[in-house]
Amino acid sequence: MSLLRVDDLAVEYRGAKVVRAVDGVSLSIDAGEVVALVGESGCGKSSLARAVVGMETPSEGSVQYRGRPVPTLGVRQRSNDFTSIQMVFQDPNSSLNPRIRVGAQISEGIAAARRRGMEATRPEEWLERVGLPATVVNRYPHSFSGGQRQRIAIARALAARPDLLVADEPISALDASSQAAVAEMMRKLALESGAGLLFISHDLAVVRLIADRTLVMYRGRVVESGATDAVWNESRHPYTRSLVAAIPEPDGKGNLPAAPTVAERAAWFDIVPEALDRV
Amino acid sequence: MITPALTIRDLTIAIGNKKSPTRIVNGISLDLYAGRIQGLAGESGSGKTVSSLAVLGLLPANAIVTGSMRLGSTELIGLPLARLRDIRGRRIAMIFQDPSASLHPQIRIGGQLTDHVRRHLGYDRKKARAHAIELLERVQVPDATEALSRFPHQFSGGQRQRIAIAIALACDPDVLLADEPTTALDVTVQAGILQLLRDLALERQLAVLLVTHDLGVMSAVADDVAVMRAGLITESGTREQLFMTPQHEYTRELLASLPGAKTNSMNGDAE
Repeated sequence: MSLLRVDDLAVEYRGAKVVRAVDGVSLSIDAGEVVALVGESGCGKSSLARAVVGMETPSEGSVQYRGRPVPTLGVRQRSNDFTSIQMVFQDPNSSLNPRIRVGAQISEGIAAARRRGMEATRPEEWLERVGLPATVVNRYPHSFSGGQRQRIAIARALAARPDLLVADEPISALDASSQAAVAEMMRKLALESGAGLLFISHDLAVVRLIADRTLVMYRGRVVESGATDAVWNESRHPYTRSLVAAIPEPDGKGNLPAAPTVAERAAWFDIVPEALDRV
Repeated sequence: MITPALTIRDLTIAIGNKKSPTRIVNGISLDLYAGRIQGLAGESGSGKTVSSLAVLGLLPANAIVTGSMRLGSTELIGLPLARLRDIRGRRIAMIFQDPSASLHPQIRIGGQLTDHVRRHLGYDRKKARAHAIELLERVQVPDATEALSRFPHQFSGGQRQRIAIAIALACDPDVLLADEPTTALDVTVQAGILQLLRDLALERQLAVLLVTHDLGVMSAVADDVAVMRAGLITESGTREQLFMTPQHEYTRELLASLPGAKTNSMNGDAE
């Protein structure tokens, strides 16, 4: 049984007109597996992530965690069965409480793990694991840099000892040159604890580095999926090909990657069956 | 010999209290030329962003800046704030990694685009508006006239960066500082912005300082490249020199450390 199983999921937002952000997506994640979800902004990848953790109610389809449907988050504390799903958000400034010491925030994660019968850990251990000194445990979030804050948010999520970690653009708010390091750290820590990691990003270079499998989303649908190597090195879908072609090559030749033409963009809507479930 | 638009000589930057300031930049020298893009590469904390902020005097008050930065015949270090304000936005403009942070969320695009020219160049309302439409059309924001009355949140990330570029260009500056201008964007959008930057540098004879950690971006648009590490420029040269025949060990390491599966014939020996 997969750790996470998403079947024909649709997420819609109702307003003046209905926006179908996720349009029939299926995926599964096993323990110890890193799955990346890539696509341009607005393609529905964040909506998918939010539905996975229960922050959005699916309008169609299902999200099952260990064979049981993930309940929508309410005002009340989440039942212990589902605190082993944790999430890391894009912006640590809004996911950390500015008025609580970082050690106390990490302790909230530890408490969630203890309620599931896990043994107690200390916040200092988690700080060290994400590369921060244990001595900062009594400081407030404002005294850290953006990258350090994201490391704290990751420490808090990991302290709850998740089996499934969902990270929505966890590195895009970071200083560009520390992005790859934090992404690699997340892979390492998730795998060490035997968890599955759903890693959402628009940064293809980083995704290639850390993901076992990659799903490429366009306008709410998965257009290409499968083993990371196959998806990037022998892309079958025109959208994935455009993505790969748009990555500038560091060859010193001064070649600008071509911005996609209107005709090319039209083909991105195509369904290419052989681009799915690549091995 | 062409004179540089901006000359940086022995720039040092230290931050902290007077007794034990921390040296962040240890004496760098760079020349920016009209119509050329000078790339500045390096890892987190190497001092590349701080150096670019120093050009506009945007460092915190406890920063100690020494050396020389000359814009034409004007020395920027030690320039009184009032005179620096005349230069900011008018002769040296800047764009940042996150366009939504550089745009004011509650002011319509039109207001943000006309503010500079009315203040610096004394344009009247009508002239400023016509100028703003022209700028938006140049950076290829669709429906320029209509766009003026919209707010930043009504645009995509790529469009917002185009608008930020339009604002930067409003007063026809000599120098454009671009700090990771495409890092927050999707690759297909990035391709369009890079094309725009390269076209604008040539057509407006802008001297561009492009700060980026992305060597792919660097290779695509920079004419000259300098590599920074721990507050020093370890190597600089033309793009071809730096990528094809890197001399310094650190440059070779950087090139070899690139993620991604695309094979690069040039750094085959470095890997």
